[in-house]
This record gives sequence, structure tokens and C-alpha cells, in this order.
Amino acid sequence: MKEGHQFNQYSPKVIDHFTNPRNVGEIEDADGVGEVGNPVCGDLMKLYIKVKNGKIEDAKFKTFGCCAAIATSSMLTELIKGKTLSELKEITNKVVTEALDGLPRVKLHCSVLAEDALKAALKDYYKKQNKENQDETN
Amino acid sequence: MKQINFDHLASSQILPEVWEAMMPFLSEHIGNPLSRHFLGEKPAKALEEAREHVARLIGASAEEIIFTSCGSESNNLAIKGIAHAYEKKGRHIISSPIEHHSIIHPLKSLEKQGFEISWLKVDSKGNIEPNEISSLIRKDTILITVISASNEIGTLEPIKEIGRIAREKGVIFHTDAVACAGLIEIDVKELNVDLLSMAGNVFYGPLGTGALYIKKGMRILPLIEGGIQEKGLRAGTHNIAGLVGMGIAAKIAKEKLSERRDYLINLRDFLIDGVLNNISDSYLTGERNYRLPNHASFCIKFIEGESILLHLSFAGMAGTSGSTCSSEALKVSHVLEAIGIDPFLAQGSLTFTLGIDNTREDVDLLLKELPRVVNKLRALSPFSRSTQVA
Repeated sequence: MKEGHQFNQYSPKVIDHFTNPRNVGEIEDADGVGEVGNPVCGDLMKLYIKVKNGKIEDAKFKTFGCCAAIATSSMLTELIKGKTLSELKEITNKVVTEALDGLPRVKLHCSVLAEDALKAALKDYYKKQNKENQDETN
Repeated sequence: MKQINFDHLASSQILPEVWEAMMPFLSEHIGNPLSRHFLGEKPAKALEEAREHVARLIGASAEEIIFTSCGSESNNLAIKGIAHAYEKKGRHIISSPIEHHSIIHPLKSLEKQGFEISWLKVDSKGNIEPNEISSLIRKDTILITVISASNEIGTLEPIKEIGRIAREKGVIFHTDAVACAGLIEIDVKELNVDLLSMAGNVFYGPLGTGALYIKKGMRILPLIEGGIQEKGLRAGTHNIAGLVGMGIAAKIAKEKLSERRDYLINLRDFLIDGVLNNISDSYLTGERNYRLPNHASFCIKFIEGESILLHLSFAGMAGTSGSTCSSEALKVSHVLEAIGIDPFLAQGSLTFTLGIDNTREDVDLLLKELPRVVNKLRALSPFSRSTQVA
């Protein structure tokens, strides 16, 4: 049934991540949280990261959206887990799309959303770090 | 796995009688009805019989039926054909914001050519107020076009009332009845309709068949010019097998109208109650009772329509959605927008259209599967607490 169904513009990998999404959930004591998208437009992605020794120790997500939005979120968490913070610069929307064996053209914006979610989570992480550093120096 | 169609307005299995009637016109009777030799005889006769059946379905006479290739073509012919035939008289048209795209887009292109369109208001259930039409009619109003029943939210519009107003004021009235012709009783004379669009596949005829009723004496210009087929109003070689199929489907639809309607209403109400009772934060769109007999449409909060459709499709169940992501144009349904559904909620749009091949067991299976799908997606959603998921 999964082959040749009406949504066959999606690659088997996209369908796999959509039907069995990895790393779903929230991290209560997350070091960084990134929320991007707009539910009114159809998708919202929330990414949680836990950082230890300069590496992504854990990543979880919650996503409201279509198949592509869910699959890109799931793939993003897979790609970033275990990576060092400097390695994360390489995780672009293109990398996420390629890891999923491509996305339909009209769904490419979902991969941009994934990249934005990562950037937002990192921004939140650095903000918290700075604050902690300041707190320590105070 | 059983495959179940809950998207009958998109396509339905043709009836066995329809298939049987069509087959000879794809094999031994290969003629063109316009031919002046023996090959044209049988197709010409069959075409006129089909026209008779289609006419009877809506209380028209055969000479008032123009065959087309689909509902969208019928709508385009009606709108552009009337607008250009009467543009010297006036360039004002009244329509509703919940029309099918095959009405909205022609109207928008007429607007660019200098026509003026007045868009009616609709309430939150999709109802049009006929009195508003009265107040909008001007000296230069040449056409009123209002959908008989919305394919997206199922609500039936007050066509008889609008017809009465149009007749009183002497304005031409077209209705897009594609979603309901063959499913509910329609009598064009009683409704005072001047033009009416329909499609064969909605009442178990083949895809790619349509008709436009044009009241006798009405002036209209063709879209497709060429030969003298369809009195010159629709040139081009006929899809004989398809139209013969549409004719037989129309004949059977008329005979079985009330039986089918009662069956579908029963099934529809079972589906609507089942969804609303078993899925928290689910809402019906359109009127509860005054709606298409086969139509059940919802918005499911916190999740998105394409995701739901895809999971249902994996389970062998077909439906449709008006969400942004399920449209190629990445636009939320203009109908849901027009009736003022919260744009976030509209993302969870879900529409099922039932058919006579659906059974109670089919709906039971859907009612078992849908809550599972909803729970699975809500568990992923940042808007619903996972503890909330039953």
C-alpha cells in the first residue's frame, strides 16, 4: 500500500520518517529550544536540544504540519545527535533534504524550516550560556 | 487490504450497467454521430438517448442539454458564455465566495476584462442570504451564479429562493450543481434556474463527462468553436462512450434517487456522529442537516490535514482536505476562509464523500482508524499535551 499510493511524490525515506518519526517529544531541562513556523500557514516545528561537552547529547521535536514537515523534523534530530556544535554549521536545509532522498518541490520550504529550527535552538542555547556565564561572573 | 473510497466527489466506481452500455461504443460502434454514413447512425441515436436521460434527471427537455467534458467546462461555458453574450447590456455579476474554482477563476478573469463582481456574504455554516441578492441587483446586472451545494462543506444553498428573485428581477441565474445533480431532486423549472452545470461521475457515470442545462431561448456564446456539435455551442468530437455512460447513469440516478438519498443520509449521519463523539476537539463544517446526503466534513484541531490523509491512505481509506499543505498551490481552502473558520483549525480540514458502494462496515472501519491516526499525530503536535491523547 505504501508503494504507488496517491502521495507517491514522497520518497520511501520520507514516508519512513513520517510513519515512524524518531526522537519525538520534549526535553524538560533543554539547553536550547527553537520554535519556528506558523500554525496558520500549516506548519510549526519545536526543537529541543541537550548539549554536553560541546556535543548534541540529545535532540527531540514536536511538529504540527504535513508529512514533509514531520519527516524533516525527524531527520534533523537524527542528523544532529552526537554532532559537535561546530559540525552543526554543516546541517543545512540541503543536507536534510538529501538525507531524505529529496522532497517534492512544493515541500522544500519544510527543510528550510528544519534548518531554521536548528538555528533558533542554537541561538537560544548561546543566549542561555551567556546568561549563565554572566551569572557566574556576577 | 480493503480499499475504501470516501472521496466520491472526486471519483466513483461506475455502475455495471454504465460499463455495459459504454463498451459497444468502444468496440463495434466506432462511428462519429456527425458522419453522414452508416457508421454514424448508432452513435447519433445513443447520444440523443443519453441527452434525454440527462434532461429528465433535472426536469429539462433534451434540447436544453449541452454535453461537455466535465463540470468545470460546464461552469466556464456558463460564466464566460453568458458574460460575453450580454456584455453590451451590462457587466455586473453576483456570486458567492464559496463557489468552486471553476466559477471563481473565470469570474476573476472577467473582472480583469472590466466586469464587476459582487461577492455575497456567507454565514459560518456557508449559508447565503437570498435577500442580499435582491439588494445587490442593479440595472447592469447580467448574471447571478450561486453553487447549489458546496463540495467542500456540503451545505445546500437556497436555490429556489434565489431563482424566484432572479426571475422577478429578470436576471439570468446559473447554478453549479456538480456536487449534487443526481444525488438530490432537482427540477430546473421549479427552481427557476436558467443554466445548471452537472458532471456524470458524481452519479456513477464515467469521469470526464459533463453537461450544461441552458434554458430554451437563452443567448450564450461558445468557448470551443469549430464544428456544429452541440448546436455549435460546444464544438469538438463527442466522447460517445462516456456520454452514453453518463446517460445511463442519469437514468438510474433518477429511478433510485430517494432510495440512494435515504441510504446515504443514514450512513452520513452515522459517520458525522461517530467522528464528533469519538474525537475530542473535532468540529463539523457546514450545516448539520441541510447538507449533501453523502457529505461529511470536519476540522480536527491541533493537527494538519495532509498528514491525516496520508495515514488514512496507508490504511486503504481515501478522503480529502482543504488544508494549506494538501493543496498544490499551498493555499488554505477559500471556502473555509469564507465561512470564517479559524485559520489554525482550518489546517485540520478533512472531507469525506460517501457513495452507494460504501457500507456501514466501511464507516465502522473509518471510525476505528481515524481516532488512531488523530492520536498518533497529536502525540507529535506541539499544541496538544501528550497526556491529553486518549
